[in-house]
Amino acid sequence: MKLLREKIDKIKPHFQKGGRFEMLHSTFDAFETFLFVPDKVTNRGAHIRDSIDMKRTMIIVVTAMVPALLFGMWNTGYQHFIATGTEAGFFDNFLHGFVKVMPIVVVSYVSGLAVEFIFAQIRNHEVNEGFLVTGMLIPLIVPVDVPLWMVSVATIFAVIIGKEVFGGTGMNILNPALTARAFLFFAYPTYMSGDFVWISGLLKGEGIVDGFSGATPLANASLGNTEAVPSAMEMFLGTIPGSIGETSTLAILIGAAILWFTGVGSIRIIASVFVGGLTMGLILNAFAVNPFMEIPAWKHLIMGGFAFGAVYMATDPVTASQTDKGKYIYGFLVGFLAILIRVLNPAYPEGMMLAILFMNVFAPLIDHNVIQANIKRRLKRASGGSNTLNKVQ
Amino acid sequence: MNFFHLVCVYFKLKKIHVYLLNFKLTATRKKMSEVIKLKKGLNIPLKGKAEKVLIDPGPPGQYALKPADFQGIRPKMLVRVNDQVKAGTPLFFDKYNPDMFFTAPASGRVIAVNRGERRKILEVIIKADDKIEYEEFGKADPDKTDREKIVKRLLQSGLWPLLRQRPYGIIPKPDSRPRSIFISGFDTAPLAPDYNFIMQDSASEFQAGIDVLRKLTDGQIHLNVSVDYPVPDVYKNAAGVQLNYFSGPHPSGNPGVQIHHLDPVHKNGTVWYIGPQNLLVIGRLFLKGVVDFSRIVALTGSEVINPQYYRTTMGASVDNIIRDNIKEGNNRFISGNVLTGTRIPAKGFIGFYDSQVTVIPEGDHHRFMGWASPGFDRFSASRSFFAWMMPGRKYVSDTNYNGGPRAFVMTGEYEKVLPMDIIPQQLVKAIIVEDIDKMENLGIYEVVEEDLALCEYICTSKTEVQTIIRHGIDLMIKETS
Repeated sequence: MKLLREKIDKIKPHFQKGGRFEMLHSTFDAFETFLFVPDKVTNRGAHIRDSIDMKRTMIIVVTAMVPALLFGMWNTGYQHFIATGTEAGFFDNFLHGFVKVMPIVVVSYVSGLAVEFIFAQIRNHEVNEGFLVTGMLIPLIVPVDVPLWMVSVATIFAVIIGKEVFGGTGMNILNPALTARAFLFFAYPTYMSGDFVWISGLLKGEGIVDGFSGATPLANASLGNTEAVPSAMEMFLGTIPGSIGETSTLAILIGAAILWFTGVGSIRIIASVFVGGLTMGLILNAFAVNPFMEIPAWKHLIMGGFAFGAVYMATDPVTASQTDKGKYIYGFLVGFLAILIRVLNPAYPEGMMLAILFMNVFAPLIDHNVIQANIKRRLKRASGGSNTLNKVQ
Repeated sequence: MNFFHLVCVYFKLKKIHVYLLNFKLTATRKKMSEVIKLKKGLNIPLKGKAEKVLIDPGPPGQYALKPADFQGIRPKMLVRVNDQVKAGTPLFFDKYNPDMFFTAPASGRVIAVNRGERRKILEVIIKADDKIEYEEFGKADPDKTDREKIVKRLLQSGLWPLLRQRPYGIIPKPDSRPRSIFISGFDTAPLAPDYNFIMQDSASEFQAGIDVLRKLTDGQIHLNVSVDYPVPDVYKNAAGVQLNYFSGPHPSGNPGVQIHHLDPVHKNGTVWYIGPQNLLVIGRLFLKGVVDFSRIVALTGSEVINPQYYRTTMGASVDNIIRDNIKEGNNRFISGNVLTGTRIPAKGFIGFYDSQVTVIPEGDHHRFMGWASPGFDRFSASRSFFAWMMPGRKYVSDTNYNGGPRAFVMTGEYEKVLPMDIIPQQLVKAIIVEDIDKMENLGIYEVVEEDLALCEYICTSKTEVQTIIRHGIDLMIKETS
């Protein structure tokens, strides 16, 4: 390590102000801090600081997505071989999926990070780690057969319009990964919906076995083909067609556990999204007039992208509500609206993406009201004399 | 009696036992309900807690008074280099309050007035005499002295600055009257001294101090203790105070948190507060008639070989207590605790309000792939390092930032360590954009830096929260004066 450190120290001056490669300053800095925690010490305020930093936080979120990614790879192969009627073992499935999914991951990271590095240099700030998460999220929420150039275009669009124009990580209003998906959804709808996009090879018309439909459970349900909807166990485990990372509720719950336990993701949001979805589901059950509305409320939670959105998307701290109470309201409404859109809007088979984006926009309003309530309460207490606050804090 | 019968009896007895146990529990709970329980906060598990051994290290040689210890004053010098002073002789006064004096902690010769940028006075250094001589203020019985005389006496002797007020954490104006006065009888800061140990044998001075405070306010004197620490007899026997019980981790020992829960301040009216050891100094002035700043200081931190308590004086050089007691290496010396203390040189001086000196290693070295290390030895308030697997472990923490500054990304972190009905992140943001209205509404009157020091500690984005809070307070003072 010492040798590496010496090497870095040797070339460092070239990248600093006045150096030969000054225009690569941010890039160099990003790689240097990636390899070594800076030697900067505190000079004001608290003399010691918590071990956590943004890199660690983001790496933990990425780790939490790994189960969904690995399962998504396996499932890609599994679905492909079912569709083509080929016998395949575990490794065949995984390998097929790996070959299909890995390029999407690479393209997403490369195009997004390129934009990040350029902006960091222009704006003269450090490269933000936020994209480490976005770059992993994007591959997990697209259909496996999406053309790579689309992934690249969508990622660049999301990073620039969704994030950098507002000032970078921490300043954005909309979740960048969902911005990318919304962009794809509205710009290239034929590649993002329908019965043929969810399973690799179907779009190219590779030999499909007779009677096979590539429709997702949600698509079937919305058409009223309730008998074609897979069993709850299949949907929970994730052996169903869908976007790469969204199918397995089990893998997502493992991720949720990691986020919750490390304290990186907000359990307030995750839990209240599920409660919100369940509530809407029950309301729809009560007034059911078609088979889709009759689907048991709890089943909605394991269908489509609901669980994925709840755990990885709605919890984005920047675009979610920032106050503790606001998080409950925000999460509840995300779940509530997602099921509402999903079931009652015929144009969109899945409502999670739009529900989260919609609530991203409303999160500041929720926070505003929570803050106003706090202000009023505290004013009342200060003018009302002492000893009125005895509740546990 | 058959076996079945026995079993029945056994379970009946057990039922009665459980019932009694429950009854007992509810009884204790009822008693506990008078305790103000604070759940939010964090005790950072650091190595180097002072052992309960009291050492007399001998004369420190040099003393200093540092104007930077006092928020919001503009010092004007009254002495020059080479002047002879006694303990209690005014060294400078506040330009804004000309009767507010700041006096020498010991007798001797002024050997230096160190100045910084724009001739700002940094410290006035005194080389002490072998035998300390005191300015004579005369004994006085606080009960028989009227308020005006008490105030004058405190101002002249330089003990008035021991009092501080909320809002803002500044020295109160001599003509103001507080709604109440708070004494936080315990300190929850990292490695903080144990007041049960420090305060023994000081009953008379403590009582005299309280008697003085009672003259200063028409309201109550709140003496706050924690059920998590042993309560000194001195506190239990104190007359004329309202004893309040708190429980919970740091910052429950901060006066700001206690004021928030018992007598919250807003725009109008002030609440004063004073530390227990500082109150003893005021007590001594009335009992003995002299300014005697002596106090017990805990020497703490992972780089101290034998962390223990020392009998010394405010403003004394730390040289004589740390000599031969510090591990080799590049260390940081702090007057106060690791969260709010002031950085001092190795031969620096103890701050005006501090009862603790901390020595920790500097962190000016690179760490390879910090984001990927399992981190069994790295403490974090989050559970993102595997250190959570070892509860009860104590850590060595250095002064490294452990990361680079970022925009706010994480939310809900600050709330976990601030046991107040305040939304900290919004307050910090309001200060950053200098929105006076919002700052006022969001609680700037109720906090000072130390209350949000833990927010700064745990911040993933490495935001300088304490600096921001002080900036906000300075803005408020400027705006409202």
